[in-house]
Amino acid sequence: MSKKPSAIADKKAESAVKATDYALAPINASLSPTQRIELYRTMLRIRRFEERSLRAYQGKNSTGGTNIGGFLHLYIGQEAVAVGCCSLMGKNDHVITAYRDHGHAIAVGMDTKPLMAELFGKITGCSKGKGGSMHYFAPDKNFWGGHGIVGGQIPLGTGLAYALKYQGKKGAAMAFMGDGAVNQGAVHEAYNLASLWNLPVVFVIENNGYSMGTSQERSSAGELAKRAEGYDMAWGQCNGHDVYEVRATMDKHLTLAREKSRPSTVEIDTYRYRGHSVADPDNTYRTKAEVEEYRNNKDPIQVSLHKLLAEGVLTEALVEKIDAEARAEAESAAEFADASPYPTPDDIQKDVYWESDHPSERKSEGRLFFD
Amino acid sequence: MPQITYREAIRHALAEELTRDPNVVVMGEEVAQFNGAYKVTEGLLAKFGPTRIVDTPISEAGFIGLGVGASMLGIRPVMELMFWSFYSVAFDQILNNAANVRYMSGGQINCPIVIRGPANGGTNVGATHSHTPENVLANHPGVKVVVPATAYDAKGLLKSAIRDNDPVFFLENTILYGDKGEVPEGEYVIPLGKADVKRVGQDITIVTYGRCVIHSLKAAEVLEKEHRISVEVIDLRTIRPLDFDTVLASVKKTNRVLIVEEQKPFASVGTQLAYMIQREAFDDLDGPIHRLATVDAPAIYSPPVETEQLPNPGRVIKAVLAAMA
Repeated sequence: MSKKPSAIADKKAESAVKATDYALAPINASLSPTQRIELYRTMLRIRRFEERSLRAYQGKNSTGGTNIGGFLHLYIGQEAVAVGCCSLMGKNDHVITAYRDHGHAIAVGMDTKPLMAELFGKITGCSKGKGGSMHYFAPDKNFWGGHGIVGGQIPLGTGLAYALKYQGKKGAAMAFMGDGAVNQGAVHEAYNLASLWNLPVVFVIENNGYSMGTSQERSSAGELAKRAEGYDMAWGQCNGHDVYEVRATMDKHLTLAREKSRPSTVEIDTYRYRGHSVADPDNTYRTKAEVEEYRNNKDPIQVSLHKLLAEGVLTEALVEKIDAEARAEAESAAEFADASPYPTPDDIQKDVYWESDHPSERKSEGRLFFD
Repeated sequence: MPQITYREAIRHALAEELTRDPNVVVMGEEVAQFNGAYKVTEGLLAKFGPTRIVDTPISEAGFIGLGVGASMLGIRPVMELMFWSFYSVAFDQILNNAANVRYMSGGQINCPIVIRGPANGGTNVGATHSHTPENVLANHPGVKVVVPATAYDAKGLLKSAIRDNDPVFFLENTILYGDKGEVPEGEYVIPLGKADVKRVGQDITIVTYGRCVIHSLKAAEVLEKEHRISVEVIDLRTIRPLDFDTVLASVKKTNRVLIVEEQKPFASVGTQLAYMIQREAFDDLDGPIHRLATVDAPAIYSPPVETEQLPNPGRVIKAVLAAMA
């Protein structure tokens, strides 16, 4: 049941004691009260969105059918990671992640209505009902998915960094993965290429302790981020329960990428309260006590709330207002999703080829589709 | 018209597109300093420099995936696989990421990547290096698959592939690299999805592509002279999109069909063609559709026997005679 090697556990305990220090880091000290509240608000919006999506998953629609099909991998408990990282994005910074992608999508600024509609498989979804929970994309917000195969997105993220460098743009790619992904070969190939070619990418390992139902100690030899040393890359670890610490740590790594065009790896210690997906009964590989320990003592939203109250940035009345707004937004997204139409069978073969979607510009001939 | 090799034709296409579009990057194992494992990219490093002609480590999943990611931001990577057989170690990048990213994003993203390299048997390199995955690739909606047989076609089709906004997989042939053919000096492109009638005939249609076009043309000469059988040879050139209209028109004329392919028989490109021909030209057929493929086993090493495992002119002649019987 134990979750981590002691080095990280010690670091976590230490940061819990001195957590407020990170609020004083320059990248955080310069935040206005409004900006501090926005970090909290975004985390809470993610939480409320996902809680609402879980209710939709478990419930039935107005005609007695399923609202959400397939998998639903909830980010609940990990919100400070995506919010902290994505809050640092400039116009030339890009993000790619794995299938637990709702938090990143909201953190980069996607509207929750099309996100919920995508879960419902509706044509108004961000991918027109063609991607589902694991495959959110928003190129206009520099968000490149949303990828279903563990570790498969890491070479793509490295390619985003390659493109930035090739085009002479000063920016960075953040390539997120879970702790299970570090054992995939594609990740190691990407590490090597990124370091060999001095690409501006930050590999972010969101270590929630479990690759599906297999704990870190049962799946991975050694410390995860330290593997970067083999590729001559800088690496770091931080507590992902404190959004300020995430920002302070990631700011250094992003600066290394943007200013020196060097890749690095950051392992962010976090925890998911829900099962791997909604289909996971979550009763075989960890104890309820462990989950409760995180929920009660390290919850990123609670940690943030207490700090903002202590700083005098938030008042009880404002807290209630923000929560009411987040709940209303999630409800409104669910209503929008429920009321939206499904794609039609005619939509199945749209968005397959650029050429078939742009028939007037098509240059090839012959049949693209078969029956 | 100047005669150049299939290899040179591909090189010329690369050089012209590198010159035309600064977003084109050639990347792969040994493409730069080594001048290409098969010398296709010879001289490109000297002409275009290391930013445009990029040597990669032996790391297909990594560098192909990197190319897919870069293409989402507007780079047009032309990735060389030393052998298409190595696609298996990059399968997820090629057929989950490149093939699906447009669809899964609801059409928000396109992936203008070209992956090219040889895909053939016949060089005695054993089963691991002799795969012909055009059927596997073409089974994935979202991708385009090109298999040129001649220098002229290789150049014109590769230029189209590089300009295409969808992922294009371009399957060459090590045995054809040295074959010479007439290639005009000026600019030309050949649209993807347009078959070419390589030989006009009346009695039977051979539908084929890649090196089997060459075998079929040789066989057709013999069949004409020795058996007075007039063979029409259709070179598909592109597997997907597929120019089936040209196939249909020929079948309606000759009423007999032999498919020749360097594929293993089960669920091959020919399997799909046979399905389509019987579905759309059933009443035009005077006999069953015949098919000549690679003998169904992993590629044998033994040099004289491998020649017989693959289609060759002698096997094509026998197959035509069987189809005409």
